[in-house]
Amino acid sequence: MSRHRIVRTMDYNDEYDGYDDIYGHSVEDEHCISPTDAQQWLYDRARGQQSISAFISKNKDIQEEEDDEDEDAAFEKARRDSESFQMPQLDEIEQAKLSSCVDEVRSVVGDAVSERRIVETSMKFEYDMQKILDEILNEETKSAKPAASRIKVPAAPVLPKSSSKTAPTPPPKINLKEPRRGFEIASPKVPSSPVVSGRNTPVDIGGDDISRSSASLFKVSKEQALRNARQLYEKERADQKSHIHMIVIGHVDAGKSTLMGHLLYDTGNVSQRVMHKHEQESKKLGKQSFMYAWVLDETGEERARGITMDVGQSRIETKTKIVTLLDAPGHKDFIPNMISGATQADVALLVVDATRGEFESGFELGGQTREHAILVRSLGVNQLGVIINKLDTVGWSQERFTEIVTKLKSFLKQAGFKESDVSFTPCSGLTGENLTKNAQESALTSWYSGPHLLDVIENFKIPERAIDRPLRMSVSDIYKGTGSGFCISGRVETGVLCLNDKVLVGASREQAQVKSLTMNEFPQTSVFAGDQVSVTLPALDINNVTVGCIISDPQTPIPVTTRFQARIIVFNVKVPITMGFPVLLHHQSLIEPAVVCKLTALIHKSTGEVVKKKPRCLGNNSCALVELETSRPICIERYADFKELGRVMLRVAGVTIAAGMVTKIR
Amino acid sequence: MKLLGKYVDKGMQGNVTLMPEESEDMWHAYNLIAEGDSVRSTTIRKVQNETATGSSTSSRVRTTLTIAVESIDFDTQACVLRLKGRNIEENQYVKMGAYHTLDLELNRKFELRKPEWDTIALERIEMACDPTQSADVAAVVMQEGLAHVCLITASMTLVRSKIEVSIPRKRKGSVQQHEKGLAKFYEQVMQSILRHVNFDVVKCVLIASPGFVRDQFYDYMFQQAVKMDYKILLDNKSKFMLVHASSGFKHSLKEVLQDPAVLAKMSDTKAAGEVKALEQFYMLLQCEPAKAFYGKKHVLQAAESQAIETLLISDNLFRCQDVNLRKEYVNLVESVRDAGGEVKIFSSMHISGEQLAQLTGIAALLRFPMPELEDSDDDDDEEGAAGGADSDSD
Repeated sequence: MSRHRIVRTMDYNDEYDGYDDIYGHSVEDEHCISPTDAQQWLYDRARGQQSISAFISKNKDIQEEEDDEDEDAAFEKARRDSESFQMPQLDEIEQAKLSSCVDEVRSVVGDAVSERRIVETSMKFEYDMQKILDEILNEETKSAKPAASRIKVPAAPVLPKSSSKTAPTPPPKINLKEPRRGFEIASPKVPSSPVVSGRNTPVDIGGDDISRSSASLFKVSKEQALRNARQLYEKERADQKSHIHMIVIGHVDAGKSTLMGHLLYDTGNVSQRVMHKHEQESKKLGKQSFMYAWVLDETGEERARGITMDVGQSRIETKTKIVTLLDAPGHKDFIPNMISGATQADVALLVVDATRGEFESGFELGGQTREHAILVRSLGVNQLGVIINKLDTVGWSQERFTEIVTKLKSFLKQAGFKESDVSFTPCSGLTGENLTKNAQESALTSWYSGPHLLDVIENFKIPERAIDRPLRMSVSDIYKGTGSGFCISGRVETGVLCLNDKVLVGASREQAQVKSLTMNEFPQTSVFAGDQVSVTLPALDINNVTVGCIISDPQTPIPVTTRFQARIIVFNVKVPITMGFPVLLHHQSLIEPAVVCKLTALIHKSTGEVVKKKPRCLGNNSCALVELETSRPICIERYADFKELGRVMLRVAGVTIAAGMVTKIR
Repeated sequence: MKLLGKYVDKGMQGNVTLMPEESEDMWHAYNLIAEGDSVRSTTIRKVQNETATGSSTSSRVRTTLTIAVESIDFDTQACVLRLKGRNIEENQYVKMGAYHTLDLELNRKFELRKPEWDTIALERIEMACDPTQSADVAAVVMQEGLAHVCLITASMTLVRSKIEVSIPRKRKGSVQQHEKGLAKFYEQVMQSILRHVNFDVVKCVLIASPGFVRDQFYDYMFQQAVKMDYKILLDNKSKFMLVHASSGFKHSLKEVLQDPAVLAKMSDTKAAGEVKALEQFYMLLQCEPAKAFYGKKHVLQAAESQAIETLLISDNLFRCQDVNLRKEYVNLVESVRDAGGEVKIFSSMHISGEQLAQLTGIAALLRFPMPELEDSDDDDDEEGAAGGADSDSD
């Protein structure tokens, strides 16, 4: 046998096949393994068993860590509580009731309350919304005070957080599904817990658990495993302006690109020279009004046709923020591009054409004003700035402005936007009125004294970033970089990614190491949730990476599946959804053909009760639990686990027919 | 397909001699032949001879064999039908009961004997032998970075090639990468058309896409054709037709076939007819749900009340191995026809047929509303789903 074999990665079963018969000696002679290695890698049942059983018997009533630690730990606990909490075993109807109940409660109390708490309370009161909410909210207010005084309580005797070898087993209550960053990962004993190993003990674990427990097979560097994301974030980003991604949406020809182009020009992001060039060239084509749009519409095709086709990206800095502008195409055929852009956005700017007839056509059924607004809402954008554009064409009429605002207000309320999160601003993208400076036009100033566009952007709140969660990054573009290999660009949805980190790519779970990280053309050493980055991954098979796949943390890889259950809300559809209905599934930037393979239950929209089991078809505006099957395996997360990655859109023949949340993964 | 001889007695037992002429006929043969039938055809068999001294020689012999079919394999891409079974007529080379696999070949006749011919099978022969039914259309559905080159024949939609290229997005300062990627993609699609589309047979080539991809591609293709002197493209320029589709995935072919311009050009082809019928079903389900039903149980109940006006049924149901189940479906079709209803048998190789197969494989439009069906609980869904499931293996 050659010395140059890579012994570590060898498939021993193959090697040993028939080997002994020929040479007649045992394997150990050939491949020695040191006792320490053996200890590290071989499963020793006795050891694991002993430690855990000893632990259980000695510590019947373990204090939760939260009691003896500060708020940080309390947060940790709450997080763990909702993540690793396993749903009680229920039949389908109960499950449906429960999940809708939980969602409902969530919408009221937000993420502050753990999932376990909600589930337990819901079961207690048999899904009666009123009672559940009362109970939870009362409890919250009660517990708020003692929590504050609890900080100084001295440490309890049990300290599972210590790194000594005797007690790295967490309290048995905690499922190892979601290993906590901190101590667990570094110790190679992870599989030694009989709960997850499942090698000799036939413990019944769902597919989800299997995929997660296999996590420990991928090894990462100690540094990566032990990293404290929050600290790192504070260290790196403390002195920087916060980032925000804003998508500009609206009906075709509402003036989105022009508005953005003009804004970029006014904020000094486009040089005079370039602008002059655009002016000259657009004049030549007889389309001078497109000169600002050309800043973002760069391809020849887009310029020649005068419409945006793919999402254009650009960046401006305001007083407190760095804003990434995503200029979405408005044309109906390019909604897939718009969706992939919107999945990266935190906030949205809805541009409406105030010209008579134009607003109406965009707002009618089938117009993109409607569809875009609903789409971004179902993709999780909840702050919206409405820009009433081209108001100069109607002589800055206040009447027209209020007319449009009233119409939009009632519609946006229906679509699920809170009134406080929506603002209305009149402006003109072409003349630049009310963009970066307060209104000058006397016709406008006579009745309008509100903020200008830049202020509106400035006023957007920065959403909370899930930096502490395991890494998830969705790929939106693959291109050839300047150096070797190819670049993958996308948005970090959760977690943190550093240089030289090991990551898993896509459904094939190929391992790769991060060679370089750039954000807006500047090299970085670490990037955080919410950032738009380019990653270079060398030695990766390009065929394994597609637009829409997810890059994840090796310790907690993303579930890969072809079949999952989702709770969907059906929009206005021409034909009803039945079993076997072929749809296009949009998930982040991914577009994948899928089939609705089972209609599990029809749910009441507001109460979440099961109206009908196994309905024949789903009509307009219904809400239902369905199962979807894709032809290729995809990376997807439950909505309860990762909000960002648990949302899906279903489209058929260029029309969005439903939006949904993933409830179960097969 | 050519019908060379047919003998079916009163008990519906008998044999038929057929000669497949084109690849599509293999599909018909696949739908005709069921397990338990006997097929007689010429084939090549490797025969081993042992001499008295014990040395053996093997030779390949062309001989005619009759086998009792035990399993059927159909390769959709190559359109090859393989039948495996035991020999039931001994000859000088092959013993009784020896296994043999028959590869049905084009332009070689075969004789098919069934213990019982039903109307569906006889109709299938009629349809296969009707020359007017054949109309070939090529279709390219594409979007940026994804294209399917398909051939649509009377009863099959064959995906000849799927092209997937990741095209870099436009980004500040590097528009060239995007445009280069696009050009590469168009080149691949064009090569695929040149390779897979036989312009002697194909009546028209549909190019469908969202946005302007089709126009861009069309321009690119003919620019290249002039440059590189692709005579075949230039000669057939009139056959190309640009249509709108919402995406480049296979099932947007359905939209293409519904386009009025396309319908005008290829009216009365089976593919377009099926799409229309399924669309009608969905429309009815939306407007009057009590008049549209799917699933075996509901449809059988509706048939009992002679309520069915149009029955949509997927041909994969007739390919099932269970003789009784097949008989049940045949009876259903006959009873609907007797009651004056219309029966549309969908080819499971078409897009609409695929969808119907997923939708339990059977659906009906009724003459009058039967709301009572809706209330009866639907436990047969599992069964129906199982029926739909075996279409996947095709």
